[in-house]
Amino acid sequence: MPKPKVAVHKFSSCDGCQLAFLDMGEDLLTLTTQVDIRHFAEAGILGEDEPVDIAFIEGSISTPEDEHRIKRIRANATLLVTIGACATAGGLQALRNLADAKAWTAAVYASPEYISSLDKVQPIRARVPVDFELWGCPVNSRQIVAAVGSLLNGVVPVDERDKVCMECKRQQAVCVVVSEGKPCMGPVTRTGCGALCPRFGRACYACYGPAENPNTEALGVRLHGLGLIGREIAQQFLGTTNQTPVFLDAAQRWKDTP
Amino acid sequence: MNDTRRVDIRIPVLARVEGEGALDLSIRAGQIEALRLEIYEPPRLYEQFLIGRHAQDVIDMTARICGICPVAYQISAVQAFESLYGVTPSAWAQAMRRVFYCGEWLQSHALHIHLLAAPDFFGCTSVVELAQKDAAAVRRGLRLQALGNDLIALFGARSVHPVGVRVGGFHHAPALAVVAAMRARLDESRADAEALLRWTARLPLPDDDQDFVSVAMRHPDEYAITRGRLVSSLGHDLDIEDYTQHFQEFQVPHSTALHAHLDGKPYLVGPLARINLNLDRLPAPLRDLLDELGIRFPSRNMFHSIVARAAEVWLCIDEAARLLADYRIPEAPAVASTPRAGIGCGCSEAPRGILWHRYVTDAQGNVREARIVPPTSQNQARMEEDLRISLTRFGLDRDDAELRLRGETVIRNYDPCISCATHFLRLKVDRTR
Repeated sequence: MPKPKVAVHKFSSCDGCQLAFLDMGEDLLTLTTQVDIRHFAEAGILGEDEPVDIAFIEGSISTPEDEHRIKRIRANATLLVTIGACATAGGLQALRNLADAKAWTAAVYASPEYISSLDKVQPIRARVPVDFELWGCPVNSRQIVAAVGSLLNGVVPVDERDKVCMECKRQQAVCVVVSEGKPCMGPVTRTGCGALCPRFGRACYACYGPAENPNTEALGVRLHGLGLIGREIAQQFLGTTNQTPVFLDAAQRWKDTP
Repeated sequence: MNDTRRVDIRIPVLARVEGEGALDLSIRAGQIEALRLEIYEPPRLYEQFLIGRHAQDVIDMTARICGICPVAYQISAVQAFESLYGVTPSAWAQAMRRVFYCGEWLQSHALHIHLLAAPDFFGCTSVVELAQKDAAAVRRGLRLQALGNDLIALFGARSVHPVGVRVGGFHHAPALAVVAAMRARLDESRADAEALLRWTARLPLPDDDQDFVSVAMRHPDEYAITRGRLVSSLGHDLDIEDYTQHFQEFQVPHSTALHAHLDGKPYLVGPLARINLNLDRLPAPLRDLLDELGIRFPSRNMFHSIVARAAEVWLCIDEAARLLADYRIPEAPAVASTPRAGIGCGCSEAPRGILWHRYVTDAQGNVREARIVPPTSQNQARMEEDLRISLTRFGLDRDDAELRLRGETVIRNYDPCISCATHFLRLKVDRTR
């Protein structure tokens, strides 16, 4: 049986999620014996328009060229999987959707007319159908290996949608909200990271995006009670997954509260 | 050769670099008519959305500029806020930040040497092909990369976008047992580091001496990583706050990353610049090893960058082992501070060179202005200058495939990070005779 063909494509991003492949260590060499990598520019493999079984997408759509490229990639891929916050929820750069991007570009670049970009930064789902989304900023090698393993066996990967709070309990981490009054986003954030921040004694900052059934209103009230003003509560929701509707709504509701 | 020969080479996607870039080269009558290193990674406008955020957000957000050097962003940022708030981290925290940063150099350098740069010197297109020719070297590289990642995770919980840094120190001090296990791995890895350095010194590196200006940080007591003054091979010795008095950033039409000059001229930052300016700060055993291998620093051959990277890998393992030797758990991993209004600068040696930050805050510590100058944008002008010289010396009458490969090799030598300020090159040739 021929090896399954895989591609890794990059759009607007920090390259950090591709590292979930490149940081596998010797497992990376094992992976290359199991799959046929047809495109992975950072690893030196170029075949952007080749048909593949699975295309992994890092990064968000932010230029007119990006729009054309993602459509070609979709047409050539049996399965399309987004990896990380940029591809899945816009990433930090999507914060410009909330502001006057033209004025921002003008503030950074002396000649903004040379800069080609779309008005809005969008996750991949906004442009083409996506078969599976891996959340996290960044995704880690464990998530990638689990997803590749499932897909190669024809199984839908497990969608980890639990809250970070659940992971804290499993890890027996002390709750930083209850014990120290820290403004933790764990109650609304999906797990996958292993509750890294609370286990380091700091508040979760929601880099894995919204969990299932997140009660953002109750968390907002709690954060307010801890002394945060509305603008700061809104900022808590406007991190790497700011384009998720549930976080955007929460930010809108809270931003003007004193 | 025909005088009217006109060659247009376009390498549309630069491979084995971090981010999105391309090279445009047009040759007319045996001379380079135009040479442009294009960076088209979409602008992400970080400096704008940092406005209104507080220090911890800045530390966590600027890390996302680059997945390969998040530690550099975090350390330059936290330093700026510590200077602003007038707080000095404990000696423990300063030493542990150096260890944390050594992890990033180790990870980034091992990744660059093996996955990005070395395939060029073996006639391979990727590390997968290289692994078929020299499996032991690739496995050694992947081990060193993993060691670097684990060293970052010791203080940051994960290696990409770590979560451990805060104003005043760290959020968390690693446990004694975890550090003891890391010390043992570091000691075992010394042999890998020496073998790597010997391997890079034996690579068939082109001989290409050029005149260029090196810029790096320098510190009285250590090979500068997390702190120091800014020095150059022209004799500059500056406080980091005086950066903008001598360094100018400017926009060019073909790049979404700003270019930079030092007093009006291109300059080099990164491993070769660092070692050229700080040779006397390297530990004696490492200097002896370099002498034995016959690679002379300071060097004017840009291709010696890969050897400089391997020397820094050796240094990082040695430094981390030294600094963790008498590790103890501090009373508190961070000292407290109070936000205030002011201006603060931070600068550290990212794996690719100096990374400078400047913030202005209001009385609550919210950012009012932010400015970030990453290493790759500083190196762009030097890369274009180098390409002109080295391709001309290589021979512009060579065929397109040879020119393209040499062009890519020269670019990859700088380990450009287009996410910070890149990817692979595609080639379009248009020959008119």
